[in-house]
Amino acid sequence: MRREKHPRCQGGCHGRCCLRVEHLNVRLGEDQILDDVSFHLHCGELIALIGPNGAGKSSLFKSILGVMPYHGSITFQSAEDGRQKPRIGYVPQSPSFDPGDPVSVLDLFTAASSRWPAFLPIPARLRETVRAALARVGGEGLIDRRLGTLSGGELQRVLLAMALEPLPNLLILDEPMSGVDVEGEHQLLDLLDTIRERYDLSILLSTHDFQTLQRVDKVILLQQKILAAGDREEVLASEAFARLFGAETERGGEAE
Amino acid sequence: MNWWYALVDLLPFEWAEPGRMYFMKNALLAILVISPLFGLLSTMVVEKKMSFFSDALGHSAFTGIAAGTLAGFADPSVCAVALAVCFALLFTWVRSRTNLASDTVIGVFSSTAVALGIFLSTLGGRSFTRFNSLLVGDILSVTPGKIALLALILLGVLLLWLFGLNQLTLSAIHPALARSRGIHLERQEALFNCAVAVVVTLTMTWVGLLVINSLLILPGAAARNLARDLRQYTLFSLLAALAAGVAGLMMSYYIGSSAGASITLVLAAMFCLTLPLRERALG
Repeated sequence: MRREKHPRCQGGCHGRCCLRVEHLNVRLGEDQILDDVSFHLHCGELIALIGPNGAGKSSLFKSILGVMPYHGSITFQSAEDGRQKPRIGYVPQSPSFDPGDPVSVLDLFTAASSRWPAFLPIPARLRETVRAALARVGGEGLIDRRLGTLSGGELQRVLLAMALEPLPNLLILDEPMSGVDVEGEHQLLDLLDTIRERYDLSILLSTHDFQTLQRVDKVILLQQKILAAGDREEVLASEAFARLFGAETERGGEAE
Repeated sequence: MNWWYALVDLLPFEWAEPGRMYFMKNALLAILVISPLFGLLSTMVVEKKMSFFSDALGHSAFTGIAAGTLAGFADPSVCAVALAVCFALLFTWVRSRTNLASDTVIGVFSSTAVALGIFLSTLGGRSFTRFNSLLVGDILSVTPGKIALLALILLGVLLLWLFGLNQLTLSAIHPALARSRGIHLERQEALFNCAVAVVVTLTMTWVGLLVINSLLILPGAAARNLARDLRQYTLFSLLAALAAGVAGLMMSYYIGSSAGASITLVLAAMFCLTLPLRERALG
């Protein structure tokens, strides 16, 4: 599934960059959350963001989503029509839902992506749109399930389907594997590969999960600033990675 | 109001006979307007887990009425609405600006509001007893003018539901997702809190401060025992509120109990009866 469609950026882009983050600085009160973070993400590329808890991964996502103030620049350029405001699909870290919550997958979809008030009978056309969106992630059968009864993997599928409707330029996933069992994780990773391939999407995800890391090409190691970035092997072999995660990886557990 | 009286005259009840008992007919119409208000708001109060907050709002509404009476307003409810809205906005603001746990913030506000209300109403050695009617409420004292006002409020809440329910729901079940979709969480919360504040304050006189919060909790709580999606949830909650409202009013007429308390007891019975069905609905 690997593909190198776009040239790597080295000192300036060759015009086909998707997302450029340049000299990003985020402060929260007295604390420097992100310190001069710069990287580029190309079309169809998947980058995994790793780093200890509190390293600024979520803040980086929030800055890109435009819900957190920052200094520096975050720009987006599409290969076809130049600079534009990207449409970002976001799969947030998932809370666990109350099993008694009377909200179905269809309700969540309706509330999030349509103007139709979700407490009124849902028109057949809208239901069909939602079914088609769920079909993209192989989740047609989940449409009438209540959120509280979904497994971790099923919930991630639903949230992914929502992030893909309408189809975004950039997909961001915050810890997509938390609460997902091993089987669900493999399915989800296959699904991400398929989606990236089919829609030529750029994907940025954060993870603590070693399995996930085995499946990505590029990794950014973040702790306030970028400590290491590049191909997976490079980053995993870096001194910074050994310093932060060395003990855990030797024990063979999660990279946390 | 004549159309309403003509309509009620058709009912086969003692109090429905033409030309008499207008207070009862007014009360019935008021119940038919108030019940859907609580039925709708209840779904979201329960969904957002803010029953403690709505309780605190009732307390601040009382403070507003005490302050309004002290300032010499003929109708202190104007003052009460203004104060309850301020309280709701201040609360929303404090909660978004501090990292205090929500129930601590509410506890602080709630106790302050009650203390201020009692302080103002007893200032200068006056007796608290003239506020007793507020605690229990009296639906029979409702006037056609007030019913019209309540109908306007119901229209407002319906509009909020038609245009804002999606955003409210998303903010309640998944704040991070809502924010990423461009929803301003604090604004949503402030808007809904103000709606609850206005409804609680304006209906307190008729329903009674002591039981008003149960009307904001029980319809939604009972509906949740059976509902499998948002449509059923809203429908069941509305039906529960309406049925309990009418049944409670009839109880109060025939056995002479307080209407507010009777409605609450009917709703509580509904909740208890549907509770055993909950597991089945969840399957």
